[in-house]
Amino acid sequence: MSGSNSVSKNTAKEQAAKTLAKSEVNTSWYRWIYNPGVRAVLFQTLLVITISVILYSLVSNALQNLQIRGIATGFGFMDQTAGFGIGMSLIEYDSTDTYGRTFVVGLLNTALIGVLGIIFATILGFIIGVARLSNNWLLSRVASLYVEIFRNIPLLLQILFWYTVVLQALPSARNSLSLFDALFLNIRGFYLPGFNFNDGAVGILIAIIVCLIAGIFWHHKAHKHQEETGECLPTWRYSLSLLIAVPLLVYFALGQPVSLDYPVLKGFNFQGGVNVNPELFALLIALSIYTASFIAEIVRSGINAVDHGQTEAAGALGLTKGTTLKLIIIPQALRVIIPPLTSQYLNLVKNSSLAMAIGYPDLVSVFAGTTLNQTGQAIEIISMTMGVYLALSLLTSLLMNIYNSKKALIER
Amino acid sequence: MDQFNFSPSQPPPSNTIGAAAWLRKHLFSNVNNSIITVVLFVFLLSSLWSIFQWGFWNADWVGSTRADCSREAACWVFIQVRFEQFMFGFYPEEESWRPTLFFASLVVFVLWLFIEKIPYKKYALVFVLVPYPLLATALLYGGVASLPVVDTHAWGGLLVTLIIALIGMLVSLPLGIMLALGRRSQMPIVRSLSTVYIEFWRGVPLITVLFMASVMLPLFFTGDFDVDKLLRALIGVVLFNSAYMAEAIRGGLQSISKGQYEAGEALGLSYWRLHRLIILPQALKICIPSIVNTFIALLKDTSLVLIIGMFDVLGIATAANSDPEWLGFSTESFIFAALIFWIMCFGMSRYSLRLENKLNTGHR
Repeated sequence: MSGSNSVSKNTAKEQAAKTLAKSEVNTSWYRWIYNPGVRAVLFQTLLVITISVILYSLVSNALQNLQIRGIATGFGFMDQTAGFGIGMSLIEYDSTDTYGRTFVVGLLNTALIGVLGIIFATILGFIIGVARLSNNWLLSRVASLYVEIFRNIPLLLQILFWYTVVLQALPSARNSLSLFDALFLNIRGFYLPGFNFNDGAVGILIAIIVCLIAGIFWHHKAHKHQEETGECLPTWRYSLSLLIAVPLLVYFALGQPVSLDYPVLKGFNFQGGVNVNPELFALLIALSIYTASFIAEIVRSGINAVDHGQTEAAGALGLTKGTTLKLIIIPQALRVIIPPLTSQYLNLVKNSSLAMAIGYPDLVSVFAGTTLNQTGQAIEIISMTMGVYLALSLLTSLLMNIYNSKKALIER
Repeated sequence: MDQFNFSPSQPPPSNTIGAAAWLRKHLFSNVNNSIITVVLFVFLLSSLWSIFQWGFWNADWVGSTRADCSREAACWVFIQVRFEQFMFGFYPEEESWRPTLFFASLVVFVLWLFIEKIPYKKYALVFVLVPYPLLATALLYGGVASLPVVDTHAWGGLLVTLIIALIGMLVSLPLGIMLALGRRSQMPIVRSLSTVYIEFWRGVPLITVLFMASVMLPLFFTGDFDVDKLLRALIGVVLFNSAYMAEAIRGGLQSISKGQYEAGEALGLSYWRLHRLIILPQALKICIPSIVNTFIALLKDTSLVLIIGMFDVLGIATAANSDPEWLGFSTESFIFAALIFWIMCFGMSRYSLRLENKLNTGHR
């Protein structure tokens, strides 16, 4: 019994060894294909070859097509005369300037709408976001109604609506809506007072800068004092009064070198002041309202992300409501808010390219629109335009990574 | 031994229950809140009243010509006259049953796939993914089974909006999965290529991508490769959207714990089986909300094709506004277009919220 048993055990072992050997023999010559390293090299080589072939054929086709169609290549066109006017420009520009300058004009206009849009969208977004968290039922409902309406309608539609419906319904220059005889709103845009800088205006600027530095210094010192003694020195009160009083004194001492330049109705239009033209105005309103609906959600989720225990702990420590907000809630909420907020800012700048639909002369509209139509050099112009946005977004994500690594929660 | 009896609980104080207490707590808790409530209430009531008067009470609802728009308020006759265009664009009238059939089939499939009680979802999904796009193309474009060819130039309105959004979605989802896996791959070249692709398309505005697709694309192909305008826009949208999709899916992949990968490898699963059976089902479930958000963004972005000269819903609206016979009714057409987009986007965001709650089975 035991003998046969051991025999059968032995045969089973032998068989197992045999099959193992067999499988080894069988696979030995193509075994390398199961090596992950070899596979990775093979796959990536294939990938590189495929992509190179595709790229090569695309580039050679493009070169051939350009030759057939007689389109010039290279960036020589940047020095040629543009020959078209641009409705709005932050630097001096007329139609005898070069295409290179149209690029700069467009870039500056994009920067302008980007900066203004970010400011207004942030203010509006924070207000709506906080309103959504209000314990007033009606207020939070109205805020969520705002968010649900504006983020679910395409931005382009909103821009066109503001431009072609709302702004066209405004009165003519003679019947403009006005506020304090200083702000005017009519079909030609929004007029607000500008500044006239005379001699000595630099003095005020210097005074403001000095006061700012002094204020920062004072904050620093008060903070140090608090760390050492625990006594809290008033900071905002001092620095704000400094910032208001000193420039005012300098202003009167220098004989009022800065004056307001009010827009005045002359003939059919306003003269003087600063004119926000309808295109910029519509774009700004639409971009701010649209982006604010996203920012509001970000703010709300950021504040919600701070655990309620934190507020309770702060209360237990005897902090007032304002101090709790300033020292406990906002710093922790900002950690959650800032990364998505920057991506909304980037979206806003990218979305400002929709300016083309209403003729605001931004980078895409001036450069990838008119300049492209005139020169036909699609490849160079589209690459330059994309390059600007790409550089901006890469720069932002670089800064964001640095910020995140600094602010990341160090967990136990 | 007397049994101790609790006296019955008293009703809550009358000032903490009922409508009055609710009002006091939620609307008039202090002076500031009361002021806010009153101001908002007056503002809301007056604006709702004027909207109601303008849009419903005083509006023109019946008629067929410009002359029927006699009243001061909205004239929905304009929308009625243009309704076919809003839906099908310039699709020939005698063929309009084809897009209608397309819409109907779409509704059927959407209901089938998204209402939980209807069975056989797997078959519907396979049908929607493989033969349905081909059948729909054949139906709409024609040229088969004695259907006359309708060129894509004639397509427009909701038809174009939905086609761009749906095809953009169907193609960019698998592309996005591949790119997301590529970006998390161990292979350096695959990883860097995927990263460059994703960051490039996410860094540029869609409008420049559409420009590129409409101006540069013909330069890259030989001969008389005259790509259809709709197809060019689709290529641009897919290139752009797959990068966003990849990032949405990468977020899901990142939240899968390493133990899942290790367990799968310990079972001897290959890379593809590991992902197909273990990782992707969990990751896709987690990132459903962000995928839906990407889809909502895509749907809204389809309106940009207006700028390269196509007629989606918004394009039809602007074209209608410039009709010399019907000047001055742009508010109505914009509101109608906004309503179409809003219903679709809002519906999707609600659905994704519901799904998120349903699928939230404790994976975090």
